[in-house]
Amino acid sequence: MHAAQILINALVLGCLYACIAIGFSLVWGVLNVINLIHGSFIVLGAYLAFGLYYSLHLSPWYAVVVAAPLFFVLGYLLQRLLLNRVIHAPVLVTLTLTFGLDLILNNAMIYFFKADYRKLTLAPPLGSVSVLDVVVPVDRLIATLAALALTGLLYLLLRRSRVGRAIVAVRLDRDAAVLMGVNVEQIYAIAFGIGAALAGCAGVLMALIFPISPLTSSGYLGKAFVVCVLGGLGSVSGALAGGLLLALVEGVGSTLFGPSHATTLSFVLLIVFLILRPQGLLGRKGFE
Amino acid sequence: MTRANIALLILIGCVAALPLFGGAYALRLGTIACMYAILALSWNVVGGFAGYPSFATAAFFGFGAYATGVLMNDGLSLWLSVVMAAVAALLLAAMLGAVLLRLRGHYFAIASLSLAEVLRELVNNATDLTGGGMGLNIPLVSGSSVLGDAMFFFYAMLGLLLATALMAMAVAGSKLGFGLACIRQNETASSMVGLNTTLYKSVAFGLSACFVAAAGGIYAAWVHYIDPSDVFDILYSVKPIVMALMGGLGSPLGVACGAFLYLGLEEVVWRNYIQIHTGVLGLLIVMLLLFLPHGLVSLRAGMFGRKTKHV
Repeated sequence: MHAAQILINALVLGCLYACIAIGFSLVWGVLNVINLIHGSFIVLGAYLAFGLYYSLHLSPWYAVVVAAPLFFVLGYLLQRLLLNRVIHAPVLVTLTLTFGLDLILNNAMIYFFKADYRKLTLAPPLGSVSVLDVVVPVDRLIATLAALALTGLLYLLLRRSRVGRAIVAVRLDRDAAVLMGVNVEQIYAIAFGIGAALAGCAGVLMALIFPISPLTSSGYLGKAFVVCVLGGLGSVSGALAGGLLLALVEGVGSTLFGPSHATTLSFVLLIVFLILRPQGLLGRKGFE
Repeated sequence: MTRANIALLILIGCVAALPLFGGAYALRLGTIACMYAILALSWNVVGGFAGYPSFATAAFFGFGAYATGVLMNDGLSLWLSVVMAAVAALLLAAMLGAVLLRLRGHYFAIASLSLAEVLRELVNNATDLTGGGMGLNIPLVSGSSVLGDAMFFFYAMLGLLLATALMAMAVAGSKLGFGLACIRQNETASSMVGLNTTLYKSVAFGLSACFVAAAGGIYAAWVHYIDPSDVFDILYSVKPIVMALMGGLGSPLGVACGAFLYLGLEEVVWRNYIQIHTGVLGLLIVMLLLFLPHGLVSLRAGMFGRKTKHV
């Protein structure tokens, strides 16, 4: 029964990890930019959910609908006005630029919201369900399902819609996409906007489960790194696979070695993967 | 010896005269200035010469600080501890480098970034050896007056800066530096004409780590107390990059000037806007990258008889 509980926990956490990482993975895959502001976007999303719940009594389920367009616009403008100017510069420049933006956003959040940890507590608590000794809190279960739904939505968007096809085309071969008449700058901005929207929605879902503070952003970012490298870049299924693998390793690892070693384990796993299988679990070699 | 190198030595000489003019505050600033310049010059060997976006500075800084701290608590002298920490960092970095430096671009950046995370978590969990999250107290070195102590560490850091600058100049003028420049421009081609790229990159990574670790060691002895979130702070990885970008990548003189300028800006911002100083730092980084991507040296590229190197 113990093993079943670990497995279920990993499954729930894995879907949440996938949701954290998927926007980051999209931006990295399509724009070839490591977006260090991703973690702060997630925290900002969590504050949005917190604010909407306590000021307007808007349940976090609806906050997702509010967060998505707001963050899309934010991301779109950020890419269009700032990142786009250095998009073809070397890794160092884009990485350092997003680091600078992250410092600004994070400092602004500490300034306006303070660094105290807050928690969004739903007025009647949702409780938990238990099947054969395996206990799952309902709020986690719902957040997991919502995360899965968001992931599925992105998958559909990339597969079925015209914009999605263009994003995939730019990801596969930028030059060929230009020749086919795709407006690459527009696609870059849209992809960054979608990445930001996914981060904002992930933040809303995280607000249900984890404490909210600007200081938690680097933790989310670290998870996004690991998930992306484990699963492979830019693909929806890769993020899911990476998220599940990370959650499983962390769950089993913290049971065997104690919870304080779980983070070490996940970063060691990251480095091992980078060296042995840099394309990730589901990535193809030479696809970069 | 080029004119830029002579200018760099003169600059370091000017810093050495600092105690003549100021009190404890000037000494403190001078010590930090030397430390920043050491970090930036060391980073420049990997990031500027070889063009590898390394975020491992914090990892080796923390490693050096903790190695020195632990050794000094075992009763070793400061100098012996720092030298041992630096040699250990050299070996560790050369070994890690042989593995990590096979990665390129973003993957190398992420791997070097997570190196600091791994080391921090290891130190956090090795409570018996390092004190874990409680931090580590480091015995006082000289036991003389406060000002004498400050003077001692200022000259220790300055001496290390001089050594680092000489190392950077030697590398830039040697076959190693030429090889690293080849790697930056086209790694595949340089490997095809028979350059042992892995060896060159590992040596550069090791050299860079060695001086960073020594700086970490002196820092630890200087502040007498370290904890994992302080010495493995990711900002120690990012600040040298900003300084190098500020001064001009690849040129030791530019990088050292960038470090001093950065410290000046940081001090002004910190003193005047304590609540928003990281935000102002971020704004500075963004502005710098958008409007002055090749650093200060690009403003007067002809002055030093040498064009700025691009990444």
